[in-house]
Amino acid sequence: MVTTVTSFGRSGVFDWLYQRVTAVVLLAYTLFIVGFIFFSDDFGYQSWSALFAQGWMRIFSLVALLSTLAHAWIGLWSVVTDYITSRTMGGKATVLRVLVQMLLGAVAVYYAVWGIEILWGV
Amino acid sequence: MLKVSIYRYNPETDKAPFMQDYELDTQGKDLMVLDVLELLKAEDPTLSFRRSCREGVCGSDGMNISGRNGLACTTPLSEAAPKGKLVLRPLPGLPVIRDLVVDMEQFYEQYKKIEPYLQNDNPAPAIERLQSPEEREKLDGLYECILCACCSTACPSFWWNPDKFIGPAGLLQAYRFLADSRDTAADERLSKLDDPFSVFRCHGIQNCVNVCPKGLNPTRAIGHIRNMLLARAV
Repeated sequence: MVTTVTSFGRSGVFDWLYQRVTAVVLLAYTLFIVGFIFFSDDFGYQSWSALFAQGWMRIFSLVALLSTLAHAWIGLWSVVTDYITSRTMGGKATVLRVLVQMLLGAVAVYYAVWGIEILWGV
Repeated sequence: MLKVSIYRYNPETDKAPFMQDYELDTQGKDLMVLDVLELLKAEDPTLSFRRSCREGVCGSDGMNISGRNGLACTTPLSEAAPKGKLVLRPLPGLPVIRDLVVDMEQFYEQYKKIEPYLQNDNPAPAIERLQSPEEREKLDGLYECILCACCSTACPSFWWNPDKFIGPAGLLQAYRFLADSRDTAADERLSKLDDPFSVFRCHGIQNCVNVCPKGLNPTRAIGHIRNMLLARAV
């Protein structure tokens, strides 16, 4: 058993499952948005703002945004712990890895707050 | 004439590894790569490699043959050097002791972690623990592993995290004991695997399946372990 404190759920099966569940959410959201753009008759500012004025669309968008953040964290955490390690770049790797993870976390929080502002601000 | 290029490194005399070229008259025979090595060693006794059974059972002569991991003793030249040029390197990712000989410690360390022996806390029966033919069949495709390390050293996840990711060979054996009807420690075994590295660093690219000289499928076994972990977690 390898101990980790920075992975998304601290459990391999949790991260694995959440990455797949969030992928399904993102697929559904992408198909919906692309479908809306291509299949609505009067696609333009009016229909777009009317769509995002509805509560369910804001919640769907928020769920998709949070799914993106969870999905990206799990994936990028894997990349970071593969490549930025003391095995590949020596003793300084731990400091660099923590910094990169903090940066990714800050970006995630920024996007989450900014996304909520946008969704409920228009 | 067969052209052979071999990775050479003797840490006592060489500053850095280098590729040494040899030429060998195979007299038109489709030799095994191990035969080529033996013939070259007769000329150059400093050339080092491991070998034992020379028939694909012991797993000693795993190496990177023209870019692909395999056993030298069961890989014919027609497969490894169709254009008359053979390139031999040690198994990738493991520390080199000398020439084609690698230090397998990290590999065995992961094998040790999965506790590769039957665990059963029930009282031992008078004769032996019986298995039905169906139960025994579940071990086919698992027990045949010879621990040559061709699969694990072909796996990028094992290259990056050989201390944390069990690797395809270890996980194939982990499933061999999880699938055994005589083993009662499945839950404890699974508990030790449920972290983001041990099993879940496998991204299913199937390099292991591609190189296994025994034709085994570690990716499928890893999928079974993942399903077992999932079944008890949700």
